[in-house]
Amino acid sequence: MRPRSHTARRLADRSARIVMVPAALIGLTVLAWILWEVIARGAGALNASFFTELPTPPGMEGGGLANAIVGTLLMTVLATVIGTPVGLLAGIYLAEFGTTSRLATAVRFTTNLLMGTPSIIIGIFVYALIVLRTGHFSGWAGAVSLAILMLPVVLRTTEDMLNLVPDELRESALALGAPRWRATVTVIFRAAKTGLVTGILLAVARVSGETAPLLFTALNSFYWPETINEPTANLTVTIFNYAMSPYADWQQKAWGASLLITVGVLFVAVLSRFVLKERKSRA
Amino acid sequence: MMKVAEMESPEVAKQHPIQEHAVPNDKPREERASFLEPPSEVALSRAGEPEDVASLTSKVTVRNLNFFYGTSQALFDNNIDIPEKRVTAVIGPSGCGKSTHIRVYNRIYELYRTHRAEGQVLIDGVNVLDPGVDLIDLRKRVGMIFQRPTPFPMSIFDNIAYGLKLHYHVNRSELTDRVQDALKRGALWEEVKDKLDEPATAMSGGQQQRLCIARAIATEPELILMDEPCSAIDPVATAKIEDLIQQLRDDYTVVLVTHNMQQAARVSDFTAFFYKGYIVEFGATKQIFTNPAMKETEDYITGRFG
Amino acid sequence: MSKAASQSRADWTFKVITAACALVVIVLMGGILVELLRNSGMSIRQFGFGFLTSTEWNPYAGEFGAASSIFGTVVSTAIAMLLAVPLSLIIAIYLVEVAHPKASRIIGGGIELLAAVPSIIYGMWGLFVFAALMQEHVQPWLGKYFGFLPLFQGPPMGIGMLTAGLILTLMVLPFITAVTRDVLQMVPPVLKESAHGVGATMWEATRHIALKYGRRGIVGAVFLGFGRALGETMAVTFVIGNSHRISSSLFDAGNTIASSLANEFNEASEPIYLSSLFELALVLFLLTLLFQTAAHFWVSRMQRQEAGDR
Repeated sequence: MRPRSHTARRLADRSARIVMVPAALIGLTVLAWILWEVIARGAGALNASFFTELPTPPGMEGGGLANAIVGTLLMTVLATVIGTPVGLLAGIYLAEFGTTSRLATAVRFTTNLLMGTPSIIIGIFVYALIVLRTGHFSGWAGAVSLAILMLPVVLRTTEDMLNLVPDELRESALALGAPRWRATVTVIFRAAKTGLVTGILLAVARVSGETAPLLFTALNSFYWPETINEPTANLTVTIFNYAMSPYADWQQKAWGASLLITVGVLFVAVLSRFVLKERKSRA
Repeated sequence: MMKVAEMESPEVAKQHPIQEHAVPNDKPREERASFLEPPSEVALSRAGEPEDVASLTSKVTVRNLNFFYGTSQALFDNNIDIPEKRVTAVIGPSGCGKSTHIRVYNRIYELYRTHRAEGQVLIDGVNVLDPGVDLIDLRKRVGMIFQRPTPFPMSIFDNIAYGLKLHYHVNRSELTDRVQDALKRGALWEEVKDKLDEPATAMSGGQQQRLCIARAIATEPELILMDEPCSAIDPVATAKIEDLIQQLRDDYTVVLVTHNMQQAARVSDFTAFFYKGYIVEFGATKQIFTNPAMKETEDYITGRFG
Repeated sequence: MSKAASQSRADWTFKVITAACALVVIVLMGGILVELLRNSGMSIRQFGFGFLTSTEWNPYAGEFGAASSIFGTVVSTAIAMLLAVPLSLIIAIYLVEVAHPKASRIIGGGIELLAAVPSIIYGMWGLFVFAALMQEHVQPWLGKYFGFLPLFQGPPMGIGMLTAGLILTLMVLPFITAVTRDVLQMVPPVLKESAHGVGATMWEATRHIALKYGRRGIVGAVFLGFGRALGETMAVTFVIGNSHRISSSLFDAGNTIASSLANEFNEASEPIYLSSLFELALVLFLLTLLFQTAAHFWVSRMQRQEAGDR
């Protein structure tokens, strides 16, 4: 039985350690590069008119994306209003009533499937469901498709957070004579509040940068979103349209909008992580 | 190091570094508490007659060993000679440094950035704390068993074969022979010979620990370190492992950290008593448990603390 | 009604309401399948199974086939997985076993941020920055030294299948890395110490023991990454070039199901065109469903195997 060379084995180990460093730096480098480009190319577009004016006709310089900013905010808020309650209640069902029921298992499996479904499919679904039937694109169709994307995220987070609440807390609330729904809502929510906020933040971060689901629902518009029953301006579809256009001014505006979206999404992502850490350190 | 002979004299005992704590046991023999409760006469009778440590070769010679977790010191000026081909038990209350101490022997503490050892640990005359030492070779020669059984996520056969394939070019038939040999010496062969390809995690806790011992033996180490190997094992399986340890004595030097004094008495030839990072006393097991030289030792053995 | 009875009525209502909300998820999935099937009916009846193998894509003649889209989806995803998986594992091992804790936190944080960057931003950067790099440096280099392979032939255009595959790699990488890192951190320290105790180096211990121990989580992450790559839309749409030809060269333009949908859905003037696009969407939907289900069963099988036949 011949011994294997220790030198060779140590060399393999050391080589692996050396190769790992540039590999790991790829991640940081790409991130820095993307952020740099977005900031460098987009900052120039973010002047006062960007935030206050409507788009000018194609080819004409000037104007802004005020309507798109408002439209994105509007639809995100609407989506949150639609998607969060359903997700919360569904999450409560899974955590409080559904530890073993067949329905709960099916729902959990299906939630995974839904989370893995490409967002463009969701957009096409809402197109078929609402746009085809009403005959026009609309902001609320856009909001619905965003809500569908938010739903599983809120559901999962709610269930996970509620599962972290110790059973003793539940039992003591029930022992005091509180009805099931009161026990859940008051006692347990208070305990899991931060986690739920995190879940909502994560869901918002997820949908605020989404383009595909809005392509066939809200479409886009050059005008103020007066009602949501019509195509609604939004930042992400604007980026898509402007980037693909031949106009330098539009392309620069696309970068400006990209910067706005990136800052928003990263801010929410960092915030939610911060809130989560805060909760974990207190727990 | 404190030889048994030196310990009997109170003057020498006063030179012991753990000055504020260590008090020689100078009560007359009759007044000393009876030590025959823990551990029992039956247990001690297995330990054999006390030998004179001075007459034996040392496998491990520790000189001025200090150990640090970051800035806090855990071991203070440890000095000890571990005799070859004997079982040495290391006892002491929780947090006294016994695990920390033996983990220096195979430098396993180096996996953690902030852990640091200073001093000398000579195994067969070579200081293993020297940075130039071949770590792979050291760990081939020193086996370690942990508090929880740690089967690798593979079959029983592959577990035993792992060390062999790691260190040697070995063909299939020789591998099979050596695996069988290791399992036989680890008192596990009869139980697993028909299911060598099953995952090791499917075995009971006691079997898994014996697997870990067999796995350590497979690479033919000279020194086996056992860090409370039975703390997660049921009593029946513990008895089997204790029998195994006794058998290992013939071929290996064993250092056994244990919080169970009866176990130390049953199984070991020599015992070291640790307290707050110091080695308070070291000697033949029978002597430690029936006639300890230090008051701390007596207090611990009679259950006054720890 | 007595207080107890009204309380239990309230509890029952609570249970029903929450259950109904939970049911919404299942209803939604069912709804997606139903709507996709309904609206692709025309295309299914007209083209039959030939739709899946036909490379035709002629809106004017009304002839449509999914082959080039399926091909592009598979190839771009394959490139992404072949590159991202080994890279992710290496980075995760680095973060857990080798890096200084501070470096690990910073790099790990950076990777998590990368995962949060929206697809369209990758698209913008891909089209305006990365594609230029590909066209001016990477593709000419590949063509020069590896041009004997059909893969790297043809003019360097910057956009195309290769660029799309590389962008996908960058998008899938952070996710697999993060999960693998978490999995490796959960390996019990005694197990790692055991492996080192037997004499393994860090590289040996990690490959043979730690990765094996966490293989279930890692396999799950790889499956999820694959599923994401299949359906990734905006980033790919920006850089893949939107051509319905199947080409042997990675430098050429192509399309994926998702990119075709994004580019053409709003242009579809004829009902048969729209219906074919719906059928494309159906194919993608079923692909991802199938894939996720397979992943689920594979991973639970691994779980049963790990538990042993106790």
